[in-house]
Amino acid sequence: MPEKKWMPRWFYQLASPKWCYQITGKLLPIFAWLALLCLGVGIVWALAFAPPDYQQGNSFRIMYLHVPAAILAQSCYMLMAIAGAIGLIWKMKVADMAAFAAAPIGASMAVLALATGAIWGKPTWGSWWVWDARLTSMLILLFLYLGVMALYAAMENPNTAAKAASILSLVGLVNIPIIKYSVEWWNTLHQPATFKLTEKPAMPVEMWLPLLIMVIGFYCFFAVSLMMRLRNEILRREKRASWVRELIVSQ
Amino acid sequence: MNPKRKQRLALVLLLVVGVSVAVGLALYALNQNINLFYSPTQIVGGEAPKDTRIRAGGMVVEGSVKRDQESLRVQFAMTDYAEEVLVEYTGILPDLFREGQGIVAQGAIDGNGVFQAVEVLAKHDENYMPPEVAEALEAAGKMPKPAEEVFNK
Repeated sequence: MPEKKWMPRWFYQLASPKWCYQITGKLLPIFAWLALLCLGVGIVWALAFAPPDYQQGNSFRIMYLHVPAAILAQSCYMLMAIAGAIGLIWKMKVADMAAFAAAPIGASMAVLALATGAIWGKPTWGSWWVWDARLTSMLILLFLYLGVMALYAAMENPNTAAKAASILSLVGLVNIPIIKYSVEWWNTLHQPATFKLTEKPAMPVEMWLPLLIMVIGFYCFFAVSLMMRLRNEILRREKRASWVRELIVSQ
Repeated sequence: MNPKRKQRLALVLLLVVGVSVAVGLALYALNQNINLFYSPTQIVGGEAPKDTRIRAGGMVVEGSVKRDQESLRVQFAMTDYAEEVLVEYTGILPDLFREGQGIVAQGAIDGNGVFQAVEVLAKHDENYMPPEVAEALEAAGKMPKPAEEVFNK
């Protein structure tokens, strides 16, 4: 019986390490330029031209790093877990490699979000750290990343390691909605979201526009680092494939 | 999709749903323990334990802040718009402390129902604006206040 084709063609093409290596090679410079442009414009706008806050003065500007880092840490986790699930279900090597490549990037984003939050918390709240639901669930996210990375590092066989790490990242997926809704479900010190889908942002446009540019810049930067790590990983694991040999010889 | 993959897909979904249900139930059971602070309503209603270290959160009532001229002692009332609790604190308050601002204090309720704080943190709200806009809103009396549900979940 012929198998029903219900996945688009590009999905199956992505499964080929060679095709994936070639397409990311083409996409990489586009995203690199976009990241450079957005981060450059965004950071200058945010630090030099956005108006100061009426209460916090200039210290609020740290949110231009804090918010994109926190968003990215969570997006990256979802990407890692979904790639892990695809690897588990379809036994797709490239998906496993993508999950492996994403883990350290997400971990560094989580560290950046936690560190900038602490630096902001001291002058604003009066404390570096509070064990409230938002901060604690974000710390758990970092530990999940570290756990996933440790599993990859602990196992020799990449397939077994991918299986174990994917299961851990799927288990930790439940933490993502907890982070998002922690400020709504429980009494926390961390403020509720400034941006809601249904409401006008509680921030004027001259403040949130540079933030939006920074978020786009962070996503592009994430895409660049993910693709670079993924390409490295493809070459490392496919080093016995003929196309990799040809590639190396030709360079 | 071949049966093998279908089976693995079902297993993955089962894992995610199962973990979500388990964690959801655990968090629901722990609900009160996850809250960072007690609200004035809970303190007045006797839900908060007495003579033990707890956190309390609310908005500083306008016109209630009384500073001692001789020392760093300060007294103020905090509210969740339903009940009020008196707070006493000796020490340096955070820069953002002001009337109409949310705060989270750590301390204990004494015999008179006054909250004796050992630490006061400012609870920043989600509103950001340039100083000129804030002045205009202040003049018009439309300064956003922390919502009631911020203190009572």
